[in-house]
Amino acid sequence: MPPTATQETETQAPVIDTIAIKVDGREISIPKLSVDPISGRPVPTTMIQACAAAGVEVPHYCYHPKLPVSGNCRMCLVEFGTPAMGPDRKPILNADGTSKIAKSPRPAIACASPVSPGMEIYTTTPGVKEMRTSILEFLLINHPLDCPICDQAGECKLQEYSMEYGQAESRFAETKVHKPKQVDLGPRIMLDDERCILCTRCIRFTRDIAGDDALGILNRGGHNTLSHYPGKPFDNNYTLNTADICPVGALTSKDFRFQMRVWFLKETNSVCTSCATGCNIKIGSREDRIYRYVPRDNDSVNSCWMCDEGRLNYKWIGREDRIQTVSIRKAGGGLESSSWTEALKHVTGLLKQATPGSVAIIASARQTNEELFLLSTLAKKLDALTDVVPRSGQADALLVSADRNPNTTGAALTGFITAKPGSILPKIAESIRSGRIRTLLVIGEDVTRHGLDAALLGKLDTLVVSDILPNATTALAHVLLPGRAHAEKRGTFTNIKGRVQKFMRAVEAPGEARAEWEFLQELTTPITGQAGFAGIEALFNHMAAERPGLKHLTWSDLKDSGATASGSEG
Amino acid sequence: MIVKRRALSFWERLYVPALLGGIKVTLGHFFKKSVTMQYPEEKWTVPEGYRGAPYLVKDQEDRTKCVSCQLCEFVCPPRAITITPPGPTASAEAGNVEKMPKEFEINMLRCIFCGFCQEVCPEEAIFLMKDYSLTGTNREEMIYNKEKLLSLGGIHQDPIQKWKQKLREAREQGIGAEGHSDKVDP
Repeated sequence: MPPTATQETETQAPVIDTIAIKVDGREISIPKLSVDPISGRPVPTTMIQACAAAGVEVPHYCYHPKLPVSGNCRMCLVEFGTPAMGPDRKPILNADGTSKIAKSPRPAIACASPVSPGMEIYTTTPGVKEMRTSILEFLLINHPLDCPICDQAGECKLQEYSMEYGQAESRFAETKVHKPKQVDLGPRIMLDDERCILCTRCIRFTRDIAGDDALGILNRGGHNTLSHYPGKPFDNNYTLNTADICPVGALTSKDFRFQMRVWFLKETNSVCTSCATGCNIKIGSREDRIYRYVPRDNDSVNSCWMCDEGRLNYKWIGREDRIQTVSIRKAGGGLESSSWTEALKHVTGLLKQATPGSVAIIASARQTNEELFLLSTLAKKLDALTDVVPRSGQADALLVSADRNPNTTGAALTGFITAKPGSILPKIAESIRSGRIRTLLVIGEDVTRHGLDAALLGKLDTLVVSDILPNATTALAHVLLPGRAHAEKRGTFTNIKGRVQKFMRAVEAPGEARAEWEFLQELTTPITGQAGFAGIEALFNHMAAERPGLKHLTWSDLKDSGATASGSEG
Repeated sequence: MIVKRRALSFWERLYVPALLGGIKVTLGHFFKKSVTMQYPEEKWTVPEGYRGAPYLVKDQEDRTKCVSCQLCEFVCPPRAITITPPGPTASAEAGNVEKMPKEFEINMLRCIFCGFCQEVCPEEAIFLMKDYSLTGTNREEMIYNKEKLLSLGGIHQDPIQKWKQKLREAREQGIGAEGHSDKVDP
């Protein structure tokens, strides 16, 4: 069984012996055993891990810290020596009392060779450099060198190591072996067999992590070809991770194919919003257009992976029909464009006059902690009914959570909801029907699809809606406020395991759209009396101090990988 | 520093001899070869290696050489080049090259004729030609699109024809034109 990344696979193994070794003359102490990424069992620490611990990068293609070792690319060859033993099985000592090192006559691949006490690893010797140069030359023999049309160019290990160890001119005078190009592996993956260096990372990933043994290598020798199982497309929900881990341009994403060169992309740390797992991602954008999501390493959440569904769920952000203007419904007619100042003044005026209990707030569990917190303070002051709309789907064994809202935990931790998500919605509908609730605030949901139909919404005095894309609810709004997608603002989400994770702004929002936390502050300040905050940092710190579940956190505590909220460990 | 002025001599103070000297030089030019060029009717022949306006070229088989790698867009100091990559839909025109720009624009108002684009191009698809005097009646006209750049650039006699050779080699080894070969040995 593949381990789930959401399980704590990275927990520290029981205290084990450390051994002292030397990497390029620098003495370090490392654990004798480390955790196998697949089985979770302790296995001997390898030289490549020791080098990484010593801060020495060993070039490699097939080795990946989260995959089983394969040892086929040979790029990580290093020279090493071990303490020389006398006939009495005692170490032979130098004149100064140190152990005499017997240098191994042959190199070893660092990814698969365990370290032993007193070992010395040499990664900068002329011999090692020569080996790297030669291995690279072999790998490039049949490589098409079509970097100008290759999507991997710019983040390609072949290119990178060619800069360090490559030769300016090829000595290969023969004809290269040609293999199929533009091979359709599955709905989301395109394969170029000529570029493949047969490292088998993709095979190991899909077999051992995704649990779908779909890929393999066919034919022999120079005709080795990566292929999928005949008749069965490579279509599990994690296929695009193989394009990430492919060290060359063999596996490429059909979605990102020939869209933009990677060196133009600005990378912004963010969080995936497609389910409650909250996979850490990097948004690649250029000139306010999002081109791709790629997973960002976080061993506490998603390891190095993310699902295809979440990865491709970004196109709605750049849609043409985004709500771009603030509008107010004039007496007896349609929506007319207005200004933020006017609209917020109008809504604040209404809420100030509202009798306690005559207001309800339905927000989305896709809103950030800060926004839900502001709404909860408003709800408390107005004695309003509050709820979020639940979304659920099929969970899987690896990353996908059954809860498809990114911030249901946050809605509870910030005090916006106190009951099960969706359990108050019928009560809100009933109160609107009975005329008790006169004003409804809807933030980021189409409530007509969740039990509050158009006729019911027609009974309200005021319907204030903030959303990103137009829908049936925004069409009925009396006041319509354009909101921002997560990629267009900063904020935090709390994932299903209670980990608070922040995300950064990648692109500019279209038109007049403003971050919800910004205008909600302006809306709530006159009512709750709580002064607004200049930045998201101050708002977050205030929220964390107010809510016991978040008590020990500050914005700076979150760093890039997030922090666990105290109230919800489990 | 003060330069001491020499007092003029009597001969110099007369003025007329200097005037006559000037007229002599002028008259002399009436009988020499003319140095004035009637620009723009007449134009200079620019020297070999002159860096004029950058244009796109096709190869002798009428294939657009640019593969939209966007290195010129990256290296362009005044950011005059804007390339729209083709996206995932395969174009039959591109053949085994797979990639061809959907649009290629050079803003000639921005271009500084530095030649970095030509230098960086891995496909020898863009060249600085000899045109130096580009005119237009508005700004839009000065943004040259792919069609215009290709028609101005003309044909480049490519001695290597890398992609043609690749295709020939692949065909000889039994790999189809688009590389769609699902033929695998059992």
